[in-house]
Amino acid sequence: MAVIIDKSTKIIIQGFTGKMGTFHADEMMKYGSNVVGGVTPGKGGTKHLDRPVFNTVKEAVKETGATASILFVPPAFAADSAMEAADAGIKTCVAIVDGIPSHDMIKIKRYMRRYTKSGKMTLVGPNCAGIISPGKSMLGIMPGHIYKEGRIGIISRSGTLGYEAAQQLKNLNIGVSTSVGIGGDPINGSSFRDIIEKFEADSETDAILMIGEIGGPQEVAAGHFAKENMKKPVIAYIAGLTAPKGRVMGHAGAIVSAYGESAVEKVELLKECGVTISKNPSVMGDTVKKVLGKS
Amino acid sequence: MDIHEYQAKKILSSFGVTIPRGGIVYSPENAENKAREIGGSKWVAKAQIHSGARGKAGGIIVCNSPLEVAQATDKLLGKKLVTNQTGPEGKIVNRIYIEEATDIEKELYLGLVFDRSSESIMIVASTEGGMSVEEISKEKPETIIRSKIEVAVGIQNFQARELAFGLGIEPALIPRVSDTIVGCYKAFSELDATMVEVNPLVISKQKQILALDCKMSFDNNAMFRRSQVSELRDKTQEETKEVYASDRGLNYVSLDGNIGNIINGAGLAMASMDMIKLAGGSPANFLDVGGGATPEKIVKAFRLITMDDKVRVILVNIFAGINRCDWVAEGIVQALQKIEVKVPLVIRLAGTNVEKGNEILKKSKIKYIEANTLEDAANKAVKALG
Repeated sequence: MAVIIDKSTKIIIQGFTGKMGTFHADEMMKYGSNVVGGVTPGKGGTKHLDRPVFNTVKEAVKETGATASILFVPPAFAADSAMEAADAGIKTCVAIVDGIPSHDMIKIKRYMRRYTKSGKMTLVGPNCAGIISPGKSMLGIMPGHIYKEGRIGIISRSGTLGYEAAQQLKNLNIGVSTSVGIGGDPINGSSFRDIIEKFEADSETDAILMIGEIGGPQEVAAGHFAKENMKKPVIAYIAGLTAPKGRVMGHAGAIVSAYGESAVEKVELLKECGVTISKNPSVMGDTVKKVLGKS
Repeated sequence: MDIHEYQAKKILSSFGVTIPRGGIVYSPENAENKAREIGGSKWVAKAQIHSGARGKAGGIIVCNSPLEVAQATDKLLGKKLVTNQTGPEGKIVNRIYIEEATDIEKELYLGLVFDRSSESIMIVASTEGGMSVEEISKEKPETIIRSKIEVAVGIQNFQARELAFGLGIEPALIPRVSDTIVGCYKAFSELDATMVEVNPLVISKQKQILALDCKMSFDNNAMFRRSQVSELRDKTQEETKEVYASDRGLNYVSLDGNIGNIINGAGLAMASMDMIKLAGGSPANFLDVGGGATPEKIVKAFRLITMDDKVRVILVNIFAGINRCDWVAEGIVQALQKIEVKVPLVIRLAGTNVEKGNEILKKSKIKYIEANTLEDAANKAVKALG
């Protein structure tokens, strides 16, 4: 089993019958993901893309045995949908949507505290590209063909920069076990640390590439975790060396507001944790290759 | 989104925070009348711009008569104020807030922010009001006290009380300081704020607790449900090209360099800027046209970048995923039929159908320099500067 999803993972689409939901559900099915149905309140009982539509996530889980979901609902309703998924017993939920208010994200995370660790849903995103385990399953919106099957774990805040990394690795004939886009928002469902911990325990992953950027404490928190708890090598690139202080750089979370949040400071702090730094974004693949050569 | 001091004061006042009497004016005559209406014998004319440190920049003038208030207003209106937060171009003063002067006994600091580590709302307070929070943390870090608020239940009175006692407030004033803290918290949580700062929060000689200067910022993602806040936006305080961009759904930040960027995805955009810097150049902007890089967005992006006189080279870097390179290339060709680009253009396409995309560009009549990798693109852009 890959780190979060696998070929057999049963997936439902929340916001199934909308334009985005339809398009990406179709792409996911073409890739081989096991999409078993979807949810659109009010359209329960109908069929869409040859799959059943349900009114509620609970119903969908009961009828299909789905354990994963992906959200294609507008930002205003996204928090509600994520909490519905958690309550219905979904184990992995990916929120693609960009634009969820931070106050709503905090609400979701507080809501999820009602579940015990084993019963708690893994929320990935929002504002992310999703998860792919090449050759197995795609629970996201990435171009699947740029990912070669292999043994590198990727965690990235940015979508397109994650693609860039996968492509560089592929050009060097290095494959990916799983790539997780954790998203560009200030408060997200899963942090670098949450995912890096899963990769350390994953028998199909040999090394982890972390693609971070300015703003927030998460890259460094993952660095500390790696230093204290991990045996697998960690490679990181931090985007935003030229970003001015106090400005939001596209991603709502990409803003330097405290010490340790600029690219230069993050790089220094990660080095202290024993993380290998990719000096610039065009050598992410080469840096991984060098590290693999050593170990 | 940021708002003006007077707007923040009005909001906080509706949540039970006491503010000095005052009013907004747009002309010297207006100002003189406002001063008489407020009453008293001493006033402060405060330039309303989206920046702190206005005092040092000459944006705050103490006046001893309504005539002086008019004169101060006349002096400030239409002026560009340059503070350590505005950048060298400064910000235009279009509104003046006239306020009764306060006899200050003690200045405190009170700030509320999102704490990204604990994913909660953090209240920060200090006895050293009047200085910026950065200065306080550098010079008097021992005076800073913090309280993490559990957002599921909101602020509790004991938390506000603890902070108030922590600031060394005399017992008789504790309830009013606590109410101020609770009011600020409520404004933060009920209006989707990302920052509330009262600096200074003062104790007056008459033992009033007053918010003397306030700043509030809000979550852009939540403005769809906060129309009363979003209508407070003052576009004159934002950079022209940034307003143009945000009105058209583009993520744009104006910078000092001369290489204009058109990129899809915020992370890739930051990474491309880093590469330009490493290649010895300097980016003129950050611009994310969105992961999808639709032809419409590309047209808008070219229009925006060609508005910038600093730009001497344009670098387009698109990593196409589900949107294919051939489709992106067609978007670029279409854009260049509509918009004249007089500077060298470097284009790097990557991802799905990259060969087809490059072929479309080659077959079109557009003049450009083809690049293959991130590094190649940055090097060619810098070289094209000549």
